[in-house]
Amino acid sequence: MHHTLEVKDLHFAYPDGRTALRGATLSVAPGDKVALVGPNGAGKSTLMLHLNGILQGHGEVRVCSLPVCKENLGKIRAAVGLVFQEPDDQLFSPTVFDDVAFGPLHMGLPESVVRERVAEALTAVGMADYAGRVSHHLSVGEKKRIAIATVLSMNPEILVLDEPSAGLDPRARRGLINLLRDLPQTMLVSTHDIRMVAELFPRTAVMDGGRVVADGPTLAILGDAALLSAHGLEA
Amino acid sequence: MLHINLADQYRRGTSLIHRLDPRTKILAVLLFIVTATILPAGAWLPYGLLLAGALLAAQASGLGVGFALKRSFVALPFALAAITLPFTVPGQPLAHLSSLTITVEGSLRFLSILIKSWLSVQVAILLAVTTQFHELLWGMRELRLPKPLVSIVSFMYRYLFVFADEALRLLRARAARSGQGEGKSGGGLLWRGRVAGGMVGNLTLRAFERSERIYEAMVARGFQGEIKTLISPPLTDMDRNVLVGWVTYLAMLLLVGFLF
Amino acid sequence: MIHPSVAYLHIPDGFLSLAVAGLGWLFATAAIGYALRQTRGQLGEKQIPLMGVLAAFIFAAQAINFPVAGGTSGHLLGGTLAAIVMGPWAAVLIMTSVIGVQALVFQDGGLLALGSNIVNMGILTAFAGHLVYSLVRKVMGAGRRSLLAAGAVGAWLSVLLGAAAAAIELALSGTSPLKIALPAMVGTHVLIGLGEALITVGALGFLYAARRDLLSIGETAPAQTGARWVAVGLGLALGIAALSPLASGDPDGLNRVAADLGFDGRALAPLYEIFSGYGLPLVQDPSVSKVAAVGLGTLIVFGIAFLAARLQRRRANA
Repeated sequence: MHHTLEVKDLHFAYPDGRTALRGATLSVAPGDKVALVGPNGAGKSTLMLHLNGILQGHGEVRVCSLPVCKENLGKIRAAVGLVFQEPDDQLFSPTVFDDVAFGPLHMGLPESVVRERVAEALTAVGMADYAGRVSHHLSVGEKKRIAIATVLSMNPEILVLDEPSAGLDPRARRGLINLLRDLPQTMLVSTHDIRMVAELFPRTAVMDGGRVVADGPTLAILGDAALLSAHGLEA
Repeated sequence: MLHINLADQYRRGTSLIHRLDPRTKILAVLLFIVTATILPAGAWLPYGLLLAGALLAAQASGLGVGFALKRSFVALPFALAAITLPFTVPGQPLAHLSSLTITVEGSLRFLSILIKSWLSVQVAILLAVTTQFHELLWGMRELRLPKPLVSIVSFMYRYLFVFADEALRLLRARAARSGQGEGKSGGGLLWRGRVAGGMVGNLTLRAFERSERIYEAMVARGFQGEIKTLISPPLTDMDRNVLVGWVTYLAMLLLVGFLF
Repeated sequence: MIHPSVAYLHIPDGFLSLAVAGLGWLFATAAIGYALRQTRGQLGEKQIPLMGVLAAFIFAAQAINFPVAGGTSGHLLGGTLAAIVMGPWAAVLIMTSVIGVQALVFQDGGLLALGSNIVNMGILTAFAGHLVYSLVRKVMGAGRRSLLAAGAVGAWLSVLLGAAAAAIELALSGTSPLKIALPAMVGTHVLIGLGEALITVGALGFLYAARRDLLSIGETAPAQTGARWVAVGLGLALGIAALSPLASGDPDGLNRVAADLGFDGRALAPLYEIFSGYGLPLVQDPSVSKVAAVGLGTLIVFGIAFLAARLQRRRANA
């Protein structure tokens, strides 16, 4: 299976009438690490919600060559780990262990494998001792890491993260950057943190007004001042 | 004012009581309360023995005898609901309050209710204080409480703090704008009610929208309607022994209460 | 206490007899089981996150208060609001969660008495509030004013019904004669119910303005069978209330004393003062006729509501 994401000419409007995507097109190949930047309201989060079938718009969306439709949702959600912006929305179980175990448990894996996956995922995000903790007592930085662990435990091939560094203090941000650097998965990360983009992602896609308006090597994109200012960005 | 640790009565510890299986503790507490309830009025010896049991448990929990005792007076205001008993239950006159007659039987009944309530609260406090909330939920689920209901309570607990936080912020914002001007302050009753109602409505909205996002997060991790859980371990020998001992003690209490 | 509770509706252990508590648990268990099935059909997979979050919201919202009079404050119980927004069965689950945790973690209400507390504050309030709300809506039509009026009346009456039920349970357990408990409980909650009504109305108004679509969830929720439940439960409760002279011990001593002293109806005023703290002028002649009047009044309201629901169903099926 190719670890790919393919979005072609995607249109989507919310039930209240708001048009969020107007023909967005984006491709992510195996091993790519792509940053998705753009002003608020550009459609970044909306686009991401299409990648595991939570939203379904008009256009083509393929994950690992599979079209995103009802039959494939199970496989797609195991292949694409989506980490939301708000960790409180993702940490809904009584303990950290329960949250990280949720994914593998629902994949029907046997208990011993589930426990292994939880240990591995927590270690990968540097929070091996946190299994018994209660998530609402944790700091924002800790919660963000655990949220990533909850998705890692499913062994996804692709990681899609929505604003992972938002709200983090410099130390937590540094920890997150190091973590992302070490993770081997194909990645699509939406962010406002341009310095993180420059540090971690060789490729950048710019979204504005519901479509992808630029897509190329990060250095080139970030060097194009006119492009940046046209879309509300700063280098 | 709202406290951030809204639902955390739990006190960490390694005592015997802390280590007991939540199922054992829940059952023990329920049986204790049932025993207290069934005992006839005025059964002072069994009441005393129940108290001894409660204090023993408190001691065994490492929190000390006074801990639960102090907090157990919480239910006292409700005593007013029974306060008419000394006056209304017919029987041998005990005392006279102006022209009202207080009877022995009535006072007996009244005191018995107070004592039973007081005893019940003590063990209930111990349960909450020695058992983490998610363990309580787990115990409930194991004791055959419907799984969806347990999951709902679990979510409620999880998001309580989020909403308490938001409610707190709303209250602070209101307080910040509740200055005192020249005229009569405070606004009318109706207005105040509507403001409070608006705040509640605001919270309702946030509740709905948040639940949508949580649902999406669950779905992203494969949720299809039922929360799956790992298999639960059986009761240990220690738990079984404690439970058997406790039931024996309560049964003997009941015998004493009904035969003497 | 970390959060304020509604006056005397959270009954602690020791005040209800085993029989009454057992009956309460029976009724609560049956209702909860049914509610789980109904909401599963209504909400599908979203049942758990939505109910849980709303329960959290109600729990937190119960702490939002506003000063009423003389140091007391009004605040929300929430059964009617939950029932209007989500339908009565969902409201049962939400309120059960809230009341259950209040008992388990805060000892706000007993564990054996929990079944009865759930019935009083979670089931009766949800269904009564919803029934009355539906009835008023039917009479007043659609639109904002009807929504608010219906919500207000439903919320207020639901609190009174919960209080009445608690009083009946206490009477049956021999803890308090009905002649005293019923007027005291209901009287105290006349004002508290007002607070409930105000906040419910405020919340509904906000929702109507901001997210009217959310209000339709409650309207399409399964509730028809609910009406039957409530009628049965109410019938039971009233039937038991009719037997109450047998359960209330001998309250005549108090009446005779009052008459002797020439205080007549005022004799019980001090007792009410302890309960209510409002100095309500509600104190009347504490004779059986008063109890009957309250019972009869409630019966009439519900009879009308039930008949209205029946009529609507017949019209819908025609």
